[in-house]
Amino acid sequence: MLLSPLDAVAPPPAVISDSAAPRRVGRALDDLALGFRRWRLPVALAQLDIRNRYRGSVLGPMWLTLSTAVTFIALGFLYATLFKMDLHDYLPFLVVSLILWNVFAQLITEACASLTVAEGIIRQLPLPFTVHALRCLMRNAVIAAHNLPLILVVFVIFGVNPGWGALLAIPGMLLFVLNGFAAVMFLGMLCARFRDIGPIVGTVTQLAFFISPVIWKPELLLERQVWLVLNPVYDLMEVVRGPLLGQPPGLLIWAAAVGITVVACGLSFAFFVRFRGRIAFWV
Amino acid sequence: MPHILAERLSIAFPLYHVGARSLKKRLIASTIPRLRTDSSNRVVVAALNELSFEIRSGERVALVGHNGAGKTTLLRTLAGVYEPVGGRLEVVGQIGSLIDPSAGMDVDATGRENIVLRGLFRGLDQQQSEAMAEEAGAFSGLGEFLDVPMRTYSAGMQVRLSFAIATLMQPDVLLMDEWFSAGDADFMARAQQRLEALVQKAEILVLASHNMTAVRAWCTRAIRLEGGRIVADGPVEQVLAGM
Repeated sequence: MLLSPLDAVAPPPAVISDSAAPRRVGRALDDLALGFRRWRLPVALAQLDIRNRYRGSVLGPMWLTLSTAVTFIALGFLYATLFKMDLHDYLPFLVVSLILWNVFAQLITEACASLTVAEGIIRQLPLPFTVHALRCLMRNAVIAAHNLPLILVVFVIFGVNPGWGALLAIPGMLLFVLNGFAAVMFLGMLCARFRDIGPIVGTVTQLAFFISPVIWKPELLLERQVWLVLNPVYDLMEVVRGPLLGQPPGLLIWAAAVGITVVACGLSFAFFVRFRGRIAFWV
Repeated sequence: MPHILAERLSIAFPLYHVGARSLKKRLIASTIPRLRTDSSNRVVVAALNELSFEIRSGERVALVGHNGAGKTTLLRTLAGVYEPVGGRLEVVGQIGSLIDPSAGMDVDATGRENIVLRGLFRGLDQQQSEAMAEEAGAFSGLGEFLDVPMRTYSAGMQVRLSFAIATLMQPDVLLMDEWFSAGDADFMARAQQRLEALVQKAEILVLASHNMTAVRAWCTRAIRLEGGRIVADGPVEQVLAGM
């Protein structure tokens, strides 16, 4: 008979929950720690999710790469022939922007369902809720990884060489991921409680696409460009996009991105601390 | 020493998605004692109402009562799924729950993948999970079907697999909801044996059941729930006699 790893430990684990002394912060931290320590579980679940999504398909997740590539080729032709634009400058920008935007938009959309789809598991197995958030995050990371080679291809074709400055995209991506985690935790809980939040988030995301410089360049705003720093989507996108395109963002944008991350993580954690115990009743 | 201690343990489910308004009308029309509205005007089901009991090491406890008495909710609360809304709960010991054997299963994955996945759910590492796959695979007797997606299994095969996975543990505190094996006769006999071994090795058994034969055979103490409250607690025969 196989034993669970805890059997080797001398004192049996004790679970004490007292509604008079809820110990909310400690339990939330335990949840996060255990969730991260068991990272293999969300990785396995994310892999299964992706496999199930492309079950029976010959190309499988490569369709992601392919459909993004087709979009870019079509857009490239469209802009070059219809608008007589100079693609050298614009297309690399568009490719990086759209790929980042797709990651962002899909993550936000799936974040809303991250806890409700795990309803069966949540109501049967006591598992850290962090596992469900990590599952969503990792699934999207794998999907994003399928599109990243396209950036390289476009850079080679158009001879974009960001130089060593591109390494700055790594801390940028770290901020992006941290915000993603905070968003998944927060939206997962909020959408489990209020089922109307999902569609609202979808609408707001669509609006954000147009008011953020995703398909249009920030320079188009001329002198009003300085106000863009107030758009959190722009800040978080720019700390990855700027270094990749060889236009490292200014200190103000970095500061804004860090500030957004701190606020997002703080808000999400506070919400998690307060309502973690209620999630099983919500889903 | 493994033990369970509950002091005025209460669980209340807010009903969020059932249209509180129409329910409220019904509430006014006929007073259902377990549905009430709380301070912020939400409709709430009092699933468990101020339960106090202690289960010591070595005890075999049966939870009996009608459907909706709160048996499964109590099991889930003991398992740590629901946090008490009121009162205090202390569970010491490695908990193993056989509440829903198919929880967390993926029908698109193969039998073996499901066993490994369950191992990861329990916090085992990859290697231990794969060892578990060997053992559960052998017990289920699925043979070559172990490497075929679960979607293609017959109902009986699915039960055999989930049973083999679920019972592959050795907890101090075993929480069991009644569930029905639908395997063939040969498998039923083996399943029975395995369940008995599991029950005997556990320090504490909490079994929710309508099957009085199983209750009499396995349990030493019975707790009778009605409407989320304990109405009787004592030796099995005594509690069953009062039903």
